[in-house]
Amino acid sequence: MTAELVRGQNHALPQTRLEIRVSAGKPVVAGATLSDQQGQVRGTEWVAHPGSPQLPGLEVSQQAAADHRLAVDLDALPTAVDRVNVLLALPTGVGGPARFGAIAAPFIAVTGLDGTEVASYTITDLDAESAVVALELYRRQGAWKVRAVGQGYAGGLADMLSDQGLPGAREIASQILDAVARGLARSVSAPPPRTADGDRVRRTAPAAGSSSAAGGAASRPAPDHQAQPQPQPQPQSGPPQQPASAASDSPVNYTHPKRRPTAPPEPPPSAPPTQPDQPVAGDATGWDMEERLYNQIWGMFEDLARAVAAYRSAVDFAESRRDRELDQALSDPRSRIGGAGDAVRETARAKHAQLVDQARQVLDRDLAQLKAEADVVEPALPPAYAAWDNPTWHAYRVPFEVPMALRLGDLQLPESPELQIPLLVRLPLERGLWIDSGRSRTDAVADSGELRRLAMQTAVAHAARLLAVYPVGGFTVHVVDPAGSAAPSLAPLVNAGVLAGPPAVGAAGVMEVLARLTQRVDLVQMAVRGGAADSLPPGLDTAEQLLIVNDFPHGFDDRAVTQLRYLADEGPAVGVHLMMVADREDASQFGPVLDPLWRSLLRLTPVPDDHLADPWIGHAWTYQPALIPPGSQILQQVLDQVVAARRAWLR
Amino acid sequence: MTVNMTKGQAISLEKNDGATLTAVRMGLGWQAAPRRGLFGKRTREIDLDASAVLFADKQPVDVVFFRHLVSDDGSVRHTGDNLVGGAGQGGDDESVLVDLQRVPVHIDQIVFTVNSFTGQTFEEVQNAFCRLVDETNGQEMARYTLDGGGQYTAQIMAKVHRSGAGWQMTALGTPANGRTFQDLMPTILPHL
Repeated sequence: MTAELVRGQNHALPQTRLEIRVSAGKPVVAGATLSDQQGQVRGTEWVAHPGSPQLPGLEVSQQAAADHRLAVDLDALPTAVDRVNVLLALPTGVGGPARFGAIAAPFIAVTGLDGTEVASYTITDLDAESAVVALELYRRQGAWKVRAVGQGYAGGLADMLSDQGLPGAREIASQILDAVARGLARSVSAPPPRTADGDRVRRTAPAAGSSSAAGGAASRPAPDHQAQPQPQPQPQSGPPQQPASAASDSPVNYTHPKRRPTAPPEPPPSAPPTQPDQPVAGDATGWDMEERLYNQIWGMFEDLARAVAAYRSAVDFAESRRDRELDQALSDPRSRIGGAGDAVRETARAKHAQLVDQARQVLDRDLAQLKAEADVVEPALPPAYAAWDNPTWHAYRVPFEVPMALRLGDLQLPESPELQIPLLVRLPLERGLWIDSGRSRTDAVADSGELRRLAMQTAVAHAARLLAVYPVGGFTVHVVDPAGSAAPSLAPLVNAGVLAGPPAVGAAGVMEVLARLTQRVDLVQMAVRGGAADSLPPGLDTAEQLLIVNDFPHGFDDRAVTQLRYLADEGPAVGVHLMMVADREDASQFGPVLDPLWRSLLRLTPVPDDHLADPWIGHAWTYQPALIPPGSQILQQVLDQVVAARRAWLR
Repeated sequence: MTVNMTKGQAISLEKNDGATLTAVRMGLGWQAAPRRGLFGKRTREIDLDASAVLFADKQPVDVVFFRHLVSDDGSVRHTGDNLVGGAGQGGDDESVLVDLQRVPVHIDQIVFTVNSFTGQTFEEVQNAFCRLVDETNGQEMARYTLDGGGQYTAQIMAKVHRSGAGWQMTALGTPANGRTFQDLMPTILPHL
C-alpha cells in the first residue's frame, strides 16, 4: 500500500534501508542534508550533493538528471542526526528552466529496496522557487517517519541552506551548482522532454488514514523545532509559495495533488535563429584531417562546378527564350508597324535581364559561401596540398608517411576568377604527367624557347614537391636531358643533390637510364606476380621512381621510344612514373603511334590554360600550375631539408 | 501530418509554421503482384525506374534518372537504381532528393515519372506509391497511392512546381507507355 502524501502529511517508515526516487521531467539536482535535533545542519560534511555524493548512510546522484534514485540507510547515519532533508534544486547557468513553475510537478517516492513504494508525494504549487525541500525523514520516539514538506525557496539553494543553519551556506550552494554545471557540460544533452502525465501515472488507492490532516501540528514544515531560534523558513525574498486556492493562511496545502491541474508544460523552445554556417576546415568525412581536407576540397570542386552549371543553364535558357520571343515578334506582321513590336522586344529583353540577374544573385551567394570556405581551408592545408606560398612550407619537415594526394595547381572558372580550387591528384601517381611545352590555345607566351623554359621550371616544381612529400628514401628522381638544354632550370635539383645521378645526356645516357628503369619494372613485376617480393636483388631501390624526360624525342631512337612506352604502360603499377616535358609537335614524325602515350599522361601546362574538365559537368577549367613564387627561397630551403634528412637516415 | 492525395490534387509545400521547405525527397515504392498459376513460386522481378525531368518554361532542361543520377546543377539527386522493388517492406525503393533552394532559378517544374524498364505492365505491380518527404525532418508530407494497375508501363506521378515564392506539388497520376522518360515526353507536356 502506498501512502500518497499531501503537504505536511507524515507516514511511518517500515524499514531503515530505503530508496528515494525522484522524477521531474527536466534535469534537477537532488541532494540531502542532515540536521540535528535543533534542526541545524552542522557543516558541509552533513550535506550530500553532486559534488560530494556520499555520506555515511546516504548516497545521492552525481549530476543533475530528470530521474534520481537516492539510497538511504537510516541506521548508518551519525547518531546526532535527527532528520534527513531531501532537497531538489534547478541547475543554474546551463540554460535550463529557472523556476519550478516552468516544469512538471516533481514526483518523489520512498520505496523499499525491493522497489515497493512506501509513500509518494507530488510537489505541486511551485512557482518562482528554484529549490525545494521535498521530504524529510525524521526520528520520532526511536522510529523513523517521512513527511511531505514541499517547502520552496525562491532564493534557491543558498537561501535553503542558510535557512537550515548551515555556516557558509552561500559558498556551498555555489559549489554545488558549479559541480552540477560541470557535470552537465560533460554529459550529453538533456533527454527529450516528456509529457507531464507520463511520469505520474500512479496507483489511485490512497493510504488508509491519510485523508485527514495528518501530523496534527503541521503548522509549518518543521513543526518539531518551533522553539529553536532560527529564521523563519518562509522565504525572505520572492513571493511565498502558498497557492491562491488555499482557503486560509495556513501553509499546509490540503488539496489533493490529483485534483489539481498539472503544471503547464514548458513552452517548446523557440528555434534558434538560423544563421549561415561558418565554414570550418576539415568539414567532410574522413579518418584523419588529411582525408577530410581532401574530401572537402573535392566537395568544393563539385559544388563550384554545379553552381556554375546552374548559372550557365539559366543564362542559356534566358537567352534562348529572349531570342525566341524576338523571333516571334519579328515574324508577326502586326508588330512591324506601330510601337507594339518595340514593346514586345523590350519585354523580352527585360525578362532576360531579370532572369540573368536572379541567376547571378544565386551564383554570387554560392560563390561567397565557397570563398569563405576556401579562406579557412587554404591556410589549414598540409604541405602536400598547399601552394608554395603557404606558410606551412616554411615549417616544412620531412614527413614519415606518404600523403594521400598532391597539389599540382589550381583550377578556376571564368565566372569566379577569385575562387581557386586546388587540383589534387592521389598518390602514388596513377598516370604519368605531361608538361606541355607546346603552344597553347591561349598563347600567353609567344616565344617557344620561353615556353620550354617555363615548362621545365614547372616540371622542377612538381618534382621538388614530390621529393618533399615522400618520406626519406621513398622517392627517387632521374632526369633525361639529351641536349643539356634544361640545365639552368634543373639547377636547383642538381645543386641540392637530390637527383639519383646527374641528368643523362646524349643518346647513350638516354638508353642507359631507360634500360635501368625497364629492368626495375621487369624485376618488380616478376616478384609481384610470383609472390616473391623478398627475392628481389639486394641493391634494388625500392623507392618510387620518377623519370623526367626533357626535349623528347631528341636523343630517342625507335628502341628508346618503345622502352619509354613500356614504362608509361607498365610503370605506374610498380612505382615507376613518367614526367614528359615535351611539345607534341616535335614528335609528329612518329605519326599516330605515340597518341596512346600522350593520352595516357595527365596533360599540364606551364601557363594558365583551360584544358581540364571536371568529372561531373565537363566544364573547361583553367589550370594554373603550382609554381614557386618569383624570388622565393622556399624551394632551396625545402630541398636542403630533404638532403639533410637523407644524410641523417643513411648514417 | 501526411496528406493522402488524389489524382489532380495540389498541395502547397509549406511547413506548418509557414517556413518554406528546403529539401524534399520523392520516394517510390512498389512490389510485384503475386502470381497465380502453375509456377506461382517463381520469383519475379519488376524493375521500375523513377525519373525526374526538370522543365524551364515547358522545355526539358535536365533529367535525373538511373543513367544520370545528379542533375548538372546538383539540386536533384537520384539515390540509385533499384532493379527488383520492395520485398513487401513498404519503404521507398527508389528516391529522388530535391534541394529546393538550389534548384536553378529558371527551372519552374519538376515532373516525377515511373517507368517499367522490364516491360511488365502495372497490372503486375502492387502497392505502388509515391510520397513526398520533408528531408530535413523525415516527415511525410504527401502520399499518392497508385490505383489498381492497368495495361500501361509508365505513370506520370506528380509534379513539383513553383508558385509564388514557394513550391507546390500536384498529383498527376497519368498512365503512359514507355521504357524510359524519353517515351513519356508527349504525355508529360500537356500537364505542364
